[in-house]
Amino acid sequence: MNPGELICYILAGVVVISALVVVLTANLVRSVFLFFVTLFALAGLYVFSLADFVAVTQVIVYVGGVLVLMLFAFMLSNKELLNSLRQPAAAKLSMLTNIPAGIVAAGVFTVLAISTKGLQLAAPSGMSLFPAGMLNAGDNTIHLLGVRLMTNYLLPFELASVFLLMALIGAAHLARKGKEST
Amino acid sequence: MQDIVKTIQGVPLNHYILLSAIIFSIGVTGVLIRRNAIVIFMSVELMLNAVNLLLTAFSAFSNDPAGQVFVFFIMALAAAEVAVGLAIIVMIYRNTNTIDINVMNRLKW
Repeated sequence: MNPGELICYILAGVVVISALVVVLTANLVRSVFLFFVTLFALAGLYVFSLADFVAVTQVIVYVGGVLVLMLFAFMLSNKELLNSLRQPAAAKLSMLTNIPAGIVAAGVFTVLAISTKGLQLAAPSGMSLFPAGMLNAGDNTIHLLGVRLMTNYLLPFELASVFLLMALIGAAHLARKGKEST
Repeated sequence: MQDIVKTIQGVPLNHYILLSAIIFSIGVTGVLIRRNAIVIFMSVELMLNAVNLLLTAFSAFSNDPAGQVFVFFIMALAAAEVAVGLAIIVMIYRNTNTIDINVMNRLKW
């Protein structure tokens, strides 16, 4: 195993462990900040699957936008955070009720893992699944993506822009302080 | 440069699928066991990211950049979802002083 593959598997391990801690820890602050680690490691994995521009967008949109928004919502909505820190037994209380959720998640994982079992994914010769085609690791993918977005996927692209505008207006309308609520 | 290409090609697609399945299952677990709305949002983002990773992996392995275009659409969708959802969470907090979703159980049947 060469160092590149090793880095890839280390990133995968970081993603899985930090995602588990994000989901399972009782402390919301640690959860939010470990989600940073998860997203950065996922950006590294995008690089390893030949999607460099997606990785950059992941860092900009998720880490710079979504997560900062979550931090804002967290800070706006947790005045009693310090009170919840003083009662650590609250998380343990619901351990027994988590069993059905664990069973459902294990079922989802089993279905996902088994359904790919029969697929003939690996090339017979090993690592020759990349024919010399459009995606090369040497050049960046921005050019290809731009061409695709402006030709084949022009209508979804425009619809996404309209959709984002709708979401922006809706979020601003929802979060503003109305006359009747004060 | 050829070393880098070899390195990136060295990871088989099965491992990407397994990793995405694991991350997706972690997201499902988070949505089901947590009662905090922000953690539920992060779990949904985890699930979307698992799908994104699988899309980029398949796009690389089938040598077609169209898969990455879909990743951008999913990212736009996730950003819009988080913006609206967090606005709703802030409104819920303003009305009930908590973001525990068990408080909002009037919609249950």
